[in-house]
Amino acid sequence: MERPGAGLGGARVTAVAAAALLVLPLGLFVGAVAIPPGEILRILGGGGGGPHRDIVLSIRLPRLLLGALLGGGLAMAGATFQALLRNPLAEPYILGVSSGAALGAVAALAAGVVGGASLALPLAAFAGAVAALALVFRVAAAAGRALDVRVLLLAGVVVGAFFAALISLILSLSDAGTVRTAVLWMMGSLYGAGWGAVGVAAAYTLPTALLLAAMARALDTLAVGEETALYLGTDVERVKRVAFAAASLVTAAGVAVAGVIGFVGLVVPHALRLVTGSRHRTLLPLSFLVGAAFLATADAAAQALFSPTEIPIGVVTALVGVPLFLALLRRRMAVP
Amino acid sequence: MRLEAREVTVRYPGAPDPALDRVSVQVAEGALCAVLGPNGSGKSTLTRALLGAVPLAGGEALLDGRPVAEWSRRALARAVGVVPQSEPLPFPLSVRELVSMGRYAHLGPLARERARDREAVEAALSRCDVAHLAERTVQTLSGGELQRVRIARALAQEPRALILDEPTAALDIRHEMAILELLAGSAQCGITILLVTHHLDLAARYAHRLLLLDRGRLAATGTPAEVLTPETVTAVYRWPVAVRTDELTGSPRVVPLPGPHPS
Repeated sequence: MERPGAGLGGARVTAVAAAALLVLPLGLFVGAVAIPPGEILRILGGGGGGPHRDIVLSIRLPRLLLGALLGGGLAMAGATFQALLRNPLAEPYILGVSSGAALGAVAALAAGVVGGASLALPLAAFAGAVAALALVFRVAAAAGRALDVRVLLLAGVVVGAFFAALISLILSLSDAGTVRTAVLWMMGSLYGAGWGAVGVAAAYTLPTALLLAAMARALDTLAVGEETALYLGTDVERVKRVAFAAASLVTAAGVAVAGVIGFVGLVVPHALRLVTGSRHRTLLPLSFLVGAAFLATADAAAQALFSPTEIPIGVVTALVGVPLFLALLRRRMAVP
Repeated sequence: MRLEAREVTVRYPGAPDPALDRVSVQVAEGALCAVLGPNGSGKSTLTRALLGAVPLAGGEALLDGRPVAEWSRRALARAVGVVPQSEPLPFPLSVRELVSMGRYAHLGPLARERARDREAVEAALSRCDVAHLAERTVQTLSGGELQRVRIARALAQEPRALILDEPTAALDIRHEMAILELLAGSAQCGITILLVTHHLDLAARYAHRLLLLDRGRLAATGTPAEVLTPETVTAVYRWPVAVRTDELTGSPRVVPLPGPHPS
């Protein structure tokens, strides 16, 4: 088997990054209103005018950037969880972390503590995400095999179902306005995203992404076992704490802003490992870029596929992610 | 580098008996020391205790006279290379990538690899005779190849001591001998070596000193001839053995005798 990431590897990394950057802006050219590409480019260059200018600069551009930030963050969070758990199936949605974040956000919204698109909402979601992660580990540890892939996935599913029930409970006790907002948001959508949401997502995602990228070498060592990592000079307990918290925070910020979007963290790192290798110094930054392009494109597809009806973006990512997840699961289970 | 355990006791939660019970050992600089003992006698725990990877219930582990708890993990990884019994390899990695991890303790988290780091990796690859495998994915290697790659990673750390936990288990004669010759050569260059093994005869041939553990206690320590007496080995392994001197190598050879019970 040829080695990804060496010799030709540099060229591959450049090619993947260039492709992602090329695909990323395509979402600007999709939307309910048909605007000629030339005019969009003129508007981006500072020209143009009238309603099209508003559509591009106040609707399409923030929506594209939000999708990019969330996709990049979710893909990096997935790659991080995978290294920490030494399991290519680990992913915020599957681990129940997203459901936890959703519960935290819904609880905060229902209690009226914070409004939508607020800087504090991701913190409520983060609290929920950490609670979910702690619960998943507790359940898996009680089964005696905390890192067994089957036990962990089962725990994630069960905890996710429990949190979904709690969300339903909160919503059934809330007023109709809250329910409508919450349900739309929970389906996962970038619909109506404005610059405020972009600001919130950027404030949490960008610093955390840099922090994770700085831990790339430590994550390399953790991916070959905690004992080996320790002997290679990694401060295992500290790195684990920081990386779990950072990946949960990125996930929580995404959920708080745009609801639950699954499988980005599974699809993107998996594809990248096959093409550019498993070293986190390339895997994490490329996960961000490709995740950004992936989610922005998925959002364009969500708008265009059944136009004029827009489908939730979580539906698109699940349609791509679930078949891949099942294929991976089948392969994992075949080799015990 | 000198390795030392003073009255070290280790207890695992839930276990009735300590995994190590007041064990004291000293390994001198440049010595090749083999740790022997039946399954579950505390061999791996001793290496973990020396490396600060398990909490001590009593006693002290010292590296170059300094308590291991005072070493930062990075400084420790620059001084001691370790080959644990096994490790998970869930993601595709090339041989060179895995061996390069031996340099991480020499690099800051953000620093780029220097020419020096690449040279250390290439030197380690050739010393372990795996340079031709550098581009291969580790998942495609045979057991013997993978062990040599893991030893290469420890050598890439350019350590002053090597600690290896059964590195030649499941290897054929050729690969086992190649690794022992490599370790003996490293010891001659002044690297202290602690080798956990079940292979009594090869330990007797290559090690300067033996440590024999029995149910968490140090049963015997000394030169191979001092430790490998029929009485001691029979008592520790609870199986009758005879000990002969090998006419070719001149070192003790343990011959297990037919058992006391028919089976």
